[in-house]
Amino acid sequence: MQTSTLFALLLLLVLVAYGTGFSRAVAAARGRGGLRNLAALPSYYGLHTALWCGLPALLLLGGWLLFDDAIIRALVMNSLPDKPDTVAGQNLLYAQIQNLAAGHLLGDASPQVQAAAEHFSTLQQRGSVLQAALTLILAIGLGAIAVLRFSPQLRAREKVESVLKAVLITCACAAIFTTVGILLSVLFESLRFFHEVPITEFLFGLQWSPQMAMRADQVGSSGAFGAVPLFTGTLMVSAIAMFVAVPVGLMSAIYLAEYASARVRNLAKPVIEILAGVPTVVYGFFAALTVAPFIRETAAAVGLHASSESALAAGLVMGIMIIPFVSSLSDDVINAVPQSLRDGALGLGSTKSETVRKVVIPAALPGIVGGVLLAVSRAIGETMIVVMAAGMAANLTANPLESVTTVTVQIVTLLVGDQEFDSPKTLAAFALGLMLFLSTLVLNFIALHVVKKYREQYD
Amino acid sequence: MTDSNQSNGHSSVRERIEQGLARRHRKEKIFRGLGIASIAFGILVVALLFTDIISKGAGAFRQTAIELQITYDPAVLGIDKVDHESLTWANFTGVIRESLRARFPEVSGRSDKRELYSMVSSGAPFTLRDRLEANPELLGKTEQVWLAADDDVDTFVKSLDDSKEGFRGRTSEMMAGWIQQLLKSGELKRRFNTAFFTNGDSREPEQAGIRAALVGSLLTLLVTLVLSFPIGVAAAIYLEEYAPKNRWTDLIEVNINNLAAVPSIVFGLLGLAIFINFFELPRSAPLVGGLVLTLMTLPTIIISSRAALKAVPPSIREAAMGMGASRMQVVFHHVLPLAMPGMLTGAIIGMAQALGETAPLLMIGMVAFIVDVPGGVTDPATVLPVQIFLWADSPERAFVERTSAAIMVLLSFLIVMNASAVWLRKKLERRW
Repeated sequence: MQTSTLFALLLLLVLVAYGTGFSRAVAAARGRGGLRNLAALPSYYGLHTALWCGLPALLLLGGWLLFDDAIIRALVMNSLPDKPDTVAGQNLLYAQIQNLAAGHLLGDASPQVQAAAEHFSTLQQRGSVLQAALTLILAIGLGAIAVLRFSPQLRAREKVESVLKAVLITCACAAIFTTVGILLSVLFESLRFFHEVPITEFLFGLQWSPQMAMRADQVGSSGAFGAVPLFTGTLMVSAIAMFVAVPVGLMSAIYLAEYASARVRNLAKPVIEILAGVPTVVYGFFAALTVAPFIRETAAAVGLHASSESALAAGLVMGIMIIPFVSSLSDDVINAVPQSLRDGALGLGSTKSETVRKVVIPAALPGIVGGVLLAVSRAIGETMIVVMAAGMAANLTANPLESVTTVTVQIVTLLVGDQEFDSPKTLAAFALGLMLFLSTLVLNFIALHVVKKYREQYD
Repeated sequence: MTDSNQSNGHSSVRERIEQGLARRHRKEKIFRGLGIASIAFGILVVALLFTDIISKGAGAFRQTAIELQITYDPAVLGIDKVDHESLTWANFTGVIRESLRARFPEVSGRSDKRELYSMVSSGAPFTLRDRLEANPELLGKTEQVWLAADDDVDTFVKSLDDSKEGFRGRTSEMMAGWIQQLLKSGELKRRFNTAFFTNGDSREPEQAGIRAALVGSLLTLLVTLVLSFPIGVAAAIYLEEYAPKNRWTDLIEVNINNLAAVPSIVFGLLGLAIFINFFELPRSAPLVGGLVLTLMTLPTIIISSRAALKAVPPSIREAAMGMGASRMQVVFHHVLPLAMPGMLTGAIIGMAQALGETAPLLMIGMVAFIVDVPGGVTDPATVLPVQIFLWADSPERAFVERTSAAIMVLLSFLIVMNASAVWLRKKLERRW
């Protein structure tokens, strides 16, 4: 049976269960003289039966869908008398078996594989029948039990609400599951990577060329995994970005908060915030096709050589992307500084700019620093702009006109396209991902800490 | 005595102050100027970005086409009846070549002829096939058909707008002559580029379209919305209305705030390692893309939903409680409907964020070259931002134009979404 039909059937059953529960409650109420003699409203009795009918069956179905492929695979592979030793070989063989079972494999297959394919298709058929049968039996059985055990004293509302609350808690824990998922996925592959490449080489090596040699005599494919050029590249691009974003963002926030009239503010603020809504791939395109050629030509005009993909182009555009981030965060903290402080400074005779520089900014500094740190973590993790405009070459350079590469660019290049999951080349991407995750985590933590610790309480 | 002293001292202090004042006012002006300059810079960049994209991409909505006199000659086509089977093998290329030769009888020599044939898009035979399949009675007859020109012709014709010479990167002098000749006689024209909206991706710029990517984006967003909105709202309800203040809740809050700042590419790594390698879900599928984007947008939706719940005044809850409602009834019957507009606004903003996201989708294989429009959430698909990324990498000049046009489509979707979020907030949100 198709999974979608099964879902539809299940839904139908749930509706029937709801209706049965509801009508039983109404009938019972009629016998006792009114709804008030029930422990809950009829709709809660309906929901109660519906939950008994639907929830366990749905959980079973979900679990089945997640694990049936793996179980069938294990059964099929174990039935084979001799199988390849490597994971890749096993994958290949299994794919062959699957294709054969689906009926579109050209060429000849050994009788052994053919037998396995037959085994596979019988298992699959049996599996789907079993899945449908078990799900429906569970749904009908539990639904029937719930209907039979109906009594007007049953506190249906409390039961339904406790289930609902459990659902709410599960949803709230999604954030924790995600964090754990990220940590597990990145950590495991990174540990495998550090088995093959020592962690000191990864952290302190100066050479990055992740191509692994296919043949022993291949040129330039030593497989060096020293990530220092990536770290410096990331730092340089981020530094350029912050060099653009912090002054512009901060000054525009100050102007909007302290100087601008309400009209200018209402007009300029949304326009600058448009920059935050533009997708990064658009910035990447802008950097690669408009800013980079402009920089190259300008550099050539003053007699410098700039490569067509330069750290400067990527950094500038990334800075533009981050401007609204810095400005809206600073705007919030500047507005949070109480007016009395400004009035005091102005009353002592200081000019407006002196008030801002000597009173408002120091008062707002923790918030601004926190915002800037968050902006840095965003710059480090930004991907598309650098992929499209900063280049792939792992140069260890301090010249912003040369092309550099960053951690995120390398993750993308290593993982896009064909990949085998046990080569250090692929695993290296996860190690880089771990570095990225940890550094942004630390930055966020420091940012929150700074804001909390050094915030002056005024109210 | 004291008088003169005072006036003396007064004047010197006053002098000093006045000297200082000039300096301080100058500083004030500079400071203010810097503020104005920053704002101006921001606005200028926005203007520059948009004019750059629009000026590059506006041309892509019109595509150069050649009018040819096509004879559906059964002998050339190699078919005797019109049905699906025979049309698949019919030689429409030959028909087009015949017609080009008839239009330019003076062209001779193999390389010249090849040059002539290359003026028409390599997708033109399929256009003719579809035409003939729709109107079988055309077999053996002659008609005037507008066929898409090759992208080099298109680029050249469009560059004639900017200069008399035009950009002749890959167009020979001979071909430029033919083009000028056709332009004069009105047989070469720019027409609305329907292919851009009805086709999937293609290696040939003149046949490349955004339909497949658009549908892929739609499916991905659908999965994201169906998953992230209920989960986000449920999480927000729990945290805002139920959660006791304890370590566990603190942990959840710290996690949500942290996830909001985790780089999107890390979510791609998670999707690759868990959804694709562990659960063996199909690669390049909108289902996996939607799952990854769900995890990514959840913090946004949870945070905005919590803000919306917080904005509902406690008096509403107290009144409902006072009438004997249970806690769940208070939340679901009274608080939630009042908080809904704010939650929807947050959801739309989260969806806009998901629509523009590229990096995590690269990780889970949505960069594949996909021509067909996906039919379901498990079919291989690509999304609009990834399509933009792929086209931006293509060397043909005509793809620059199409990339910009695709960006225009993407940006207009985002503008519509954000504008509707603002409108919704203004229209429905209640001030208490």
